[in-house]
Amino acid sequence: MAKNRYLPRFQTITLVAFLGLASFTAMAQSSAGLKGAPAAFNTECTSCHIGFAPGLTGEANWRGIMGGLDKHFGVDASIDDKSRQSISAWLISHAAKGSQYASASPEFRISKSNWFVRQHDEVSSKVWKRASIKSPANCGACHGGADKGDFDEDRVRIPS
Amino acid sequence: MVSFLMARRLGMALVLTFSASLALADSPANLLDTYKTQAKATGGAAGDVARGQSFFNSTHGNEWKCASCHGALPTGKGEHAITHKVIEPLAPAFNAQRFSDLAKADKWFRRNCKDVLARECSAAEKADVLAWLMTLK
Repeated sequence: MAKNRYLPRFQTITLVAFLGLASFTAMAQSSAGLKGAPAAFNTECTSCHIGFAPGLTGEANWRGIMGGLDKHFGVDASIDDKSRQSISAWLISHAAKGSQYASASPEFRISKSNWFVRQHDEVSSKVWKRASIKSPANCGACHGGADKGDFDEDRVRIPS
Repeated sequence: MVSFLMARRLGMALVLTFSASLALADSPANLLDTYKTQAKATGGAAGDVARGQSFFNSTHGNEWKCASCHGALPTGKGEHAITHKVIEPLAPAFNAQRFSDLAKADKWFRRNCKDVLARECSAAEKADVLAWLMTLK
């Protein structure tokens, strides 16, 4: 009997630990976004803009962007070192490799990449200025699946 | 007997787990206390609602106000001034996530104050703004 008294306690602790773990796992999975992205990517990058898929540009641009987060396109987007390193590692390992997408662009901007400019050359400046679009960073305005990395041309819908 | 003991222990364990998470959780009220205490150390009175509202809705030598992205009355959604991404309400009565984590609040104050004031905000300024936000119901 004396030995058995420890059994319920052990089960209780296991159950509580399991409940805690389960709620943690649920929290981690509830953050939507790009498949395989580290948790820090979803909490940090996507607070201010959609999560840009790593394959949209190459290692050179990602290194430039992640190396200057305190002056990130006009805002301070600095983050702790641990988050920065995990995000950088993921972006770089999934970055575009082919020369067409991988070459560095002015200010490390994806929207100033040759491929981006060429792909969007039929979109007039008037369209870009529409209240429903406003910025080339607002990919989701026309590419409904942009936050999941889907830029399929057949699914483009330009809002009025 | 064993099942009674088990139930009692489970109950106690759950109560302990729950109270531990309560003790760890930050709230707008204790963040405000923290900022007020920090401000007191540098000699300033802090937590002034009117001053917080005026601070939030003024420019500070640069292009943006806090309100440029959060809206003049941040009980509703705002919009990022550059990317136009929707920003969820800032007033804690309208968004339970706000000011529920000191480290997170401090991170955003640090970044956003640099964008608006080109420096970090003082503890007194943070207390003023938070005191005002907490009055919005």
